[in-house]
Amino acid sequence: MIRGLEVLATGPLTVVQDLGRPGYAAVGVGRSGAADRAAYRLAGRLLGEPEGRAALEVTLGGLVLRAHGSFTVVVTGAAAPAAIDGRPVGHAAPVHLPDGSVLALGMPPTGLRSYLAVRGGIDVEPVLGSKSTDTLSGIGPGVVMAGQVLPIGEPGPDGPTLDVAPVAAPGGGVIELGLLPGPRLDWLAEPSALTAATWTVSERSDRVGMRLHGQGRTGPGHPGPGPVGPGLARAGSRVQVELPSEGVVLGGVQVPTDGFPIVFLADHPVTGGYPVVAVVRDRDIDRAAQCRPGQQVRFRWVVTAQRSMTFGQLDGISSSQP
Amino acid sequence: MPSGPDADSAAAATPEPAVGGPTHGERAGPRLLPCGESAVLIEVTDTAAAIDLARRIEVLRSHPASARPLVEDIVAGQRTVLVTAPGAAVLSDLRRAVTELVWAPMVSGDSRAAWPGEQALVEIPVGYAGPDLDVVAAHTGLTRDEVVAAHTGTDWVVGFTGFAPGFGYLVGGDPRLVVPRRAEPRPRVAAGSVALAGPYSGIYPTESPGGWQIIGHTGAVLWDLHRDPPALLRPGLRVRFVDAGGPS
Repeated sequence: MIRGLEVLATGPLTVVQDLGRPGYAAVGVGRSGAADRAAYRLAGRLLGEPEGRAALEVTLGGLVLRAHGSFTVVVTGAAAPAAIDGRPVGHAAPVHLPDGSVLALGMPPTGLRSYLAVRGGIDVEPVLGSKSTDTLSGIGPGVVMAGQVLPIGEPGPDGPTLDVAPVAAPGGGVIELGLLPGPRLDWLAEPSALTAATWTVSERSDRVGMRLHGQGRTGPGHPGPGPVGPGLARAGSRVQVELPSEGVVLGGVQVPTDGFPIVFLADHPVTGGYPVVAVVRDRDIDRAAQCRPGQQVRFRWVVTAQRSMTFGQLDGISSSQP
Repeated sequence: MPSGPDADSAAAATPEPAVGGPTHGERAGPRLLPCGESAVLIEVTDTAAAIDLARRIEVLRSHPASARPLVEDIVAGQRTVLVTAPGAAVLSDLRRAVTELVWAPMVSGDSRAAWPGEQALVEIPVGYAGPDLDVVAAHTGLTRDEVVAAHTGTDWVVGFTGFAPGFGYLVGGDPRLVVPRRAEPRPRVAAGSVALAGPYSGIYPTESPGGWQIIGHTGAVLWDLHRDPPALLRPGLRVRFVDAGGPS
């Protein structure tokens, strides 16, 4: 057998990811890439690897690999309990994976996505400059399947420089996400309804987007946790109006006609026909990517919500970034 | 093929090419809309203006005023242009540069002469034997031959993209060919299908679901990952359909 990692089991979803393929949106191809970019980058740094080597993004654990050859690996992101031949190993700590040994990731107690990086990187064929699987367009390598052997590249010249990174695991409680205004904030009847509510992450969330619903929504008119509440209402002039299709961004908070927001994640579509009312600030997108179904989410404006501006009235957003 | 395995898992994703209406009575003129910390969305009057602005923003990819790249992606929509920066640090520079371009005289209007097509032209041979050719004929009051003559007799321009990799919304065609989308989208439309909906024509680059009226088929390869660039169509390119006689 060739040198590589034989996949014995994958859990709910395991995909190869790197930093994605920026620059192709005009031809309908999104960036894709690791959903939690910070956790992915940390894995590469811990291994002393050049940035951009492909790793495995493992959703809710369940990945089991057998080593053909000996490797150095590390797990970051959601703290899936890892074991080599049944012996537990540390999180965010590079570890030696001997030839023939079996690495297994269990279900993380909190968080959604773990990153398993290998010195040398997952050496699959790049497509448009990236080894990422785009689950929306189908571009890039296929979803990782049991039975396949993942080829591993040549390690970089440096090696691990740290024994362990003292990073906090993704939280399990209510997650607060900072918002900046989106282009269509004025489509909401009450922009404050977005931040007044406590939202619940839907089972239908995926790499395309974190879908929210209203169970447990609280706030004016919703005095406490209860049944599924109403979605966000549109402004009167926008009811039953179709938004002409327009480009959307990572972290965009799109409100479809049912009123329940979707936060766009790595495999988001390039364009959309529903209003994007806000955008999650960049550093919180990684935290959104770790929210699991059933977890609660709140939004908070980190700059003053502004209506759309005409040219000449451009101040107040970039200058007041936190 | 990239037919969108999750296409219907996301209301976020448009499950078929969108057919949007015209502007709805808002004040005309470009508006710069906020779009998070590393992008701007410019709203213009119509698709022609969006194509024109998107093409002019391309010059920022090699912007001399900044050593740092300003632009990562430029996405023309039906009446918007989204410009994303590679990071929040250059957003104010990008916004300033975009503002200057927007203030430059803009092409506008909906007459064919105003479509800002570039000189480059691609000819697409089509076998006009699509399953919806009779529906289109009935709706437009034309004969099948007249539909074909209308579709081939006027050059189209690639407007905006977004439904699927390599799909371009073609604009500027014969105004008699405006037809509604099918009431029931087809779960499977073959790659190369040439279709009409609303004021647009389009060619399905890969097999996918779709709700447009299919009038023909082409053997042209719209999307090829082993080609650089992989998409045959790019915004601004002129497209001329040619009757290849019989199924192509």
